[in-house]
Amino acid sequence: MSDLPLIQADRAVPPPAATTSTGGRRRRLRLLSRTDRVVITLMVLVPLLLVTGFVWLPAAATVLLSGTNWDGIGPLNEIEFVGARNYSDVVNIYPPFVPAVQHNLLWLAALFVVATPFGMFLAVLLDKELRGSRFYQTALYLPVVLSLALIGFVWQLLYSRDQGLINAVFGSNIDWYGDSNVNIWAVMIASGWRHVGYIMLLYLAGLKGVDPSLREAAAVDGASESRAFFRVVFPVMRPINIIVLVVTVIESLRAFDLVWVVNKGRNGLELISALVTQNVVGEASRIGFGSALATIMLVVSLVFITIYLATVMRENRE
Amino acid sequence: MSTATITRRTEGGPDAPPRRRKLTPLRILLHGFLVVVSLAWLFPIAWAVLTSLRSYDYTAANGYVSFGGWTFDNYVTAWRTAEFGQHFLNSVYITVPAVLLTLFLASCVAFVIARFSWKLNLVLLGIFTAANLLPQQALLIPLFRLFTEVPLPEFMSDSELLYDSYWGLILINVAFQCGFCVFVLSNYMKALPRDLYEAAMVDGASIWRQYWQVTMPLCRPALAALATLEVTWIYNEFFWATVLMRTGDKFPVTSSLNNLRGEFFTDNNLVSAGSVLVAIPTLVIFFMLQRHFVRGLTLGASKG
Repeated sequence: MSDLPLIQADRAVPPPAATTSTGGRRRRLRLLSRTDRVVITLMVLVPLLLVTGFVWLPAAATVLLSGTNWDGIGPLNEIEFVGARNYSDVVNIYPPFVPAVQHNLLWLAALFVVATPFGMFLAVLLDKELRGSRFYQTALYLPVVLSLALIGFVWQLLYSRDQGLINAVFGSNIDWYGDSNVNIWAVMIASGWRHVGYIMLLYLAGLKGVDPSLREAAAVDGASESRAFFRVVFPVMRPINIIVLVVTVIESLRAFDLVWVVNKGRNGLELISALVTQNVVGEASRIGFGSALATIMLVVSLVFITIYLATVMRENRE
Repeated sequence: MSTATITRRTEGGPDAPPRRRKLTPLRILLHGFLVVVSLAWLFPIAWAVLTSLRSYDYTAANGYVSFGGWTFDNYVTAWRTAEFGQHFLNSVYITVPAVLLTLFLASCVAFVIARFSWKLNLVLLGIFTAANLLPQQALLIPLFRLFTEVPLPEFMSDSELLYDSYWGLILINVAFQCGFCVFVLSNYMKALPRDLYEAAMVDGASIWRQYWQVTMPLCRPALAALATLEVTWIYNEFFWATVLMRTGDKFPVTSSLNNLRGEFFTDNNLVSAGSVLVAIPTLVIFFMLQRHFVRGLTLGASKG
């Protein structure tokens, strides 16, 4: 599915060193014994079958099922194609859908506008070889090792209405996880807490890879530090910037664990991922309908996955 | 680390003056800011540890903004009521085989991609890497059906299905995590000198021996970093176990959290003790293998 754009993106860049390796490759191929060829086939085929069978075929099946009225229980030969009806139902007669899309977009905006730039900012500060930099880094990416499900519990200690720290300190009486006006903000803060550390880590690694002479040259030219960063360092880090962007989009699309442990994605915490899950494992299993929701997720993610692959593969060739 | 960055650094080494500058007001401000942010970031975890060590009766009477009531009982109660022993064991049953299998299968594919320069390699790399980035929920519906259709013999799973079995969870975790490892390992292997293989071929080494005795030993740093990361990720995995398991006492630790909610709901001190218990394995890994953990994450993002 994502192969097509991938190959195209790939052809745009001429393969380097192709001329030098073709001769060697032909020689090597001839030197492979029969056992070697069997071994190579198995080394690729077994993992490939696993990934195809458990990831790509189900993804394709999701798209197909989104056009049917299958109830998930009946035999497969009773499936009828209903065209785009599931999609129009999702948009028109499914009340949680619009809030879910809004929440996913809000989630993306919060990560993209607040958490990601803050993580980048911290990375820039920590790149200065400060004393105690190790302590700061450790503190900031400690949340990255915790699961989002666990983070939901840890933050409950701050958010709980009767026993939470926030209400105790400010004398308020808000159920931060339960009140549908505020709970999406509460879980986004908890999720951003983790995201900042992750982005800082990725960005710090990117900054370490920037040629120091670039910055020195900018300093010699009399550019201020912030000017040097925005004019010289930031553009050089384009691949990392794209990766960080894609990571942010995919994280906000995949957001699930946190809302599921809080209230299974209801009452103010609707997310597309949670709606799909509710439609499958919940009481009402509406397969075609759930698949239409899942297909929407799939399409959005594939767009960004393609951007990601094109970036990292181009980067690898250079 | 690619060889390019290493040479670049050594070149810059001798001429570059030592970078320790004097403490200017700006520096003090910077440190002040970083200290505040770091402490704010540590606070939720520290608060969980603090709460877990206090008795419910004391905090109920005096509020949480108080001092005293120190006890270790929450841990004892949480461990017993939530059957953490069993759940930790379940996590081990799933995590250990899944990580080993992921690294083995991923290194096989990565080796072929790195060792030969075939046109199809890029397609292969794309198929694996993209699979790792898909939203899990997008595959749930057909997978759920598949898991409830595939029979397993009873000695493998008492549900006699892939659904509600450790095997199913291991397989889906491996299928999902392979992509990231293939990507990182193939980059790492491409950076190894090609002469190694020429020499091995002169000695008449088969492909399998080249993989197992030449490439794999050289990949130890990357494998260590990936193992650290994958243990954390699979241990932390929540979604698949939540939807593909049914029997309560077969859940791994992370997904068993969801069932604890009801039991612990009225007692935040128990919640915090449970949370700390669940966090301990990942925190131990983090502090002991921090270097590997960080490198694993950044290997995927940079050229490796």
